[in-house]
Amino acid sequence: MHWRPNNCGRAPSEPWRKRRQAEAVLAAELLPTGTATATSVVFYFVVFLLFLAPPSYAQTKDSCLDCHSALPDPLGVSREKFGHDIHKQTGLTCSSCHGGDPTNDDPDKAMSRQAGWKGKIDRKQVPALCGRCHSDPSFMRQFNPTLRTDQLSQYETSVHGKRLANGDTKVAICTDCHSVHDLRVPSDPASTVSPLNVANTCARCHADPNHMSGYKIPTNQFAEYNKSVHFQALVVRGDMSAPTCPTCHGNHAATPPGVASVTNVCSTCHVFQAQLFDSSPHKEPFASAGLPGCVTCHGNHGIVHPTDAFIGTGSEAVCIQCHTEGDIGYTIAAKIKQQLVQLETAIGGAEQILDSAERSGMEVSDAKLDLAQAKDALIKARVTIHGFNLNRVQADIKPGLESAAKDYDAGQKALAERNYRRIGLGVSLVAIALVLVGLRMYIKQIEG
Amino acid sequence: MTLAITDPDRENPSDPRSPSLARRRFAEILLGTGFLATAVAFVYPVLRYLIPPKASDLGSDSVLAGRVGELKPNSGKIFRFGSRPGLLVRTASGEYRAMSAICTHLSCTVQYRQDLHEVWCACHNGLYDLNGRNISGPPPRPLETFEVQVRGEDIYVRRLK
Amino acid sequence: MISLQNVRKWLDERLDWDDLIAPLREKAVPLHRLSHWYFLGGITLFLFAIQVLTGILLLLYYRPGANEAFESVQYIMTQVQFGWLIRSIHSWSANLMIFCAFAHMFSVLFLKAYRKPRELTWVSGVILLFLVMGFGFSGYLLPWNTLAFFATKVGTDIAGQVPGIGKPIMIFLRGGEEVTGATLTRFFGFHVAVLPGLMTLLVFVHLLLVQRTGISVPPKLEIEWKANPNAKREMKFFPNFLLRELIAWYVALGVLGVLAAIFPWNLGTKADPFSSAPAGIKPEWYFLFMFQTLKLIPAKVWFIDGEVVGVLLFAAIGMLWLLLPFFESDDPSRTKRWITGLTVFALAYVAGMSLYGHLAK
Repeated sequence: MHWRPNNCGRAPSEPWRKRRQAEAVLAAELLPTGTATATSVVFYFVVFLLFLAPPSYAQTKDSCLDCHSALPDPLGVSREKFGHDIHKQTGLTCSSCHGGDPTNDDPDKAMSRQAGWKGKIDRKQVPALCGRCHSDPSFMRQFNPTLRTDQLSQYETSVHGKRLANGDTKVAICTDCHSVHDLRVPSDPASTVSPLNVANTCARCHADPNHMSGYKIPTNQFAEYNKSVHFQALVVRGDMSAPTCPTCHGNHAATPPGVASVTNVCSTCHVFQAQLFDSSPHKEPFASAGLPGCVTCHGNHGIVHPTDAFIGTGSEAVCIQCHTEGDIGYTIAAKIKQQLVQLETAIGGAEQILDSAERSGMEVSDAKLDLAQAKDALIKARVTIHGFNLNRVQADIKPGLESAAKDYDAGQKALAERNYRRIGLGVSLVAIALVLVGLRMYIKQIEG
Repeated sequence: MTLAITDPDRENPSDPRSPSLARRRFAEILLGTGFLATAVAFVYPVLRYLIPPKASDLGSDSVLAGRVGELKPNSGKIFRFGSRPGLLVRTASGEYRAMSAICTHLSCTVQYRQDLHEVWCACHNGLYDLNGRNISGPPPRPLETFEVQVRGEDIYVRRLK
Repeated sequence: MISLQNVRKWLDERLDWDDLIAPLREKAVPLHRLSHWYFLGGITLFLFAIQVLTGILLLLYYRPGANEAFESVQYIMTQVQFGWLIRSIHSWSANLMIFCAFAHMFSVLFLKAYRKPRELTWVSGVILLFLVMGFGFSGYLLPWNTLAFFATKVGTDIAGQVPGIGKPIMIFLRGGEEVTGATLTRFFGFHVAVLPGLMTLLVFVHLLLVQRTGISVPPKLEIEWKANPNAKREMKFFPNFLLRELIAWYVALGVLGVLAAIFPWNLGTKADPFSSAPAGIKPEWYFLFMFQTLKLIPAKVWFIDGEVVGVLLFAAIGMLWLLLPFFESDDPSRTKRWITGLTVFALAYVAGMSLYGHLAK
């Protein structure tokens, strides 16, 4: 054993010791077979120059960073950058992944094949290298007992993983998404895979037409997503539970959800809508026509905030994509729309009269509070439409209409009271006019 | 030099038929009625204003949410908290909890679900626990919770400072 | 009527009533074609009385404090019977009072009523105008709504621009570095205790001075009447002028009633110190001419901050305005024409800038 992971004082666990043998074999297999080239000559010269400067002693001997922190990209890794890395924080060092002997100041010896040095890890080998620890539940438990250890097996089922296995090295590997040398935990807001950053991380490849040129998928998903209601919820309103790319596609097993599963994916959050859809007359025909459930009307990446214009037979209505005038669906769509419009108009009317009463200083806060019921009914009905059943929608709309009518009455009463006040004002003005006339006459009298 | 002023007492007051005197009396009556009427018109609203209204004070940070005995264990009720609805819950163990009844998703009014022992929003199946934390469904934030005080027979709810 | 006279007799025996009101009986108001301008001071006083009365009534339900102020005003507007009327009258009357005070000032300027021996009346009057504006500024914040909150923020910020003393003044006004509930408590104190006390005292001084010096006549007329005492025309203050003033008061009442009932003063939304300021925030109309001027001054004048220049300029103008009578000749035939010119300019400037500020985005 020429190198060993530094566990930061932690006693290596039993399974870890058992694995060492296997790793030595693995390391041998991973060794790049290339020989020193002109670049390495330059490299060694730079390293030599650095050694002319008085050496700085780090707390623990790590000759890798001594040189590499001073090197330019792509070979440079600053201490600051590596300091952010979760692996560094839990005690791993460069040699944990790259091999070599960090205790040796002689670069030739530290980075010798004899010392187990692996150099740059081949892209194809990266998942396996990470999986060495991350697929070992007993090992991972020491650091984070709740962390899953199925990332590698999941990755192997993903589009990325399958293509990599077939020799396509352009696809995403662990380090592409999680970054390397400054890998942070996903809960760290600066992590490349934190909820707010992960879409940008995916977009680095998926929105790049050059990178994606060999694949038959579009590159507008990110732009579309940024227009979506989900982006609004996540980025604008700061709702960290709002969906971003991996929420629907999975992370390590990233794959587009199939036509059959799209409703299931949406239903993890939109429970009611999915239940209603499953019991709706659309379920069967959509399935047999190969239409992907929710996506058929709402789209996928660019899901905008739905409006009432989506339903019905108007020009923006999604129903008319399939239904034409005269068929039963067309009639029902029109009737459902009419129900929503009726309640919305009723609420608007009640709100208007209550507002105008309130502006006149009338007490209508009770009625305004009650109006929330009608609004609730409308919001509920907008969910219920996913069952595409007129009776169900009507059952939601009816109590809303009743509540709105009650509140409208309250508004009318308040306006009647306002008119009563204006009569009071009129009476007072008459009294004032009386005084004014009286005063004029009186002044005339006393002044002759 | 004073001009244009007639002493009110210069007219002959002993002559009741003097037309100017009749006019003057008319002016006086008119003026008196007017003063009286305006006084009533001004004093009446002020007197009404002085009567304290029955409705609870909106400015107060604590409101009467219910009475002891009104709620069975494992039930909830909506009360009015200022201009918004609040939810008072009596847990299965008999404790009182109070929180805003406005769902943080789309502002529907939430309700207590006896079968789930949880607070539920009917609009999009949002669930909150009895501490107001959003535990399932679309709600992005917890419900604002209030402090409950039982004073004698009355249950008061106030905003946490 | 008998009983009323008895009461009067009873009081007279104890207070020497007749002697007390004798000066009022002797008091006379000059009569000429500009006499109706004399009503303005009285109308302002009447509106102040309405402010005191409705203010006391509002105190019954109002609660100062960032958590309660808005809600308590809302409570007055919606729950208390006729609360909407009392609050709307208080707000409308405040605006009308400030308007009348300005109008009164300009009428005094045009009629040159500030000349010797009435310098002190003028000085007390200008201080009263400042107090009235202070009332407006402090009262505006009390409902604790968004507009008032940010207007106060901007207003106190401007006060903080004065070099040296500005910052301490701002902290004194705000009760801290920022506009908070502490500011509200302070403004409430100013509005209901400090300012009314000062105002009452000064109104008394102002009226006493008017009483002592009598009512001024425009210089031209003064010369004319001096030359020909027979041409002098006067009206008794009591009861003739007072009855006419009463007509003006009743008209003001009617106007207030109509405004309050048909255009109730709205409340807006509750102030949220953490929200961003709404676009196009403007002060109340009576500060608009100053506000707009400050906006028009370039950011840097020579090497000094533009806003500082503006604030200092207004402070200097305010001081000079206060001392205006001391630049005027006491000889009615040699009155300074430039002061009249300045008045015309000031009126045009204030009106024009207010209108510009109102229309500007």
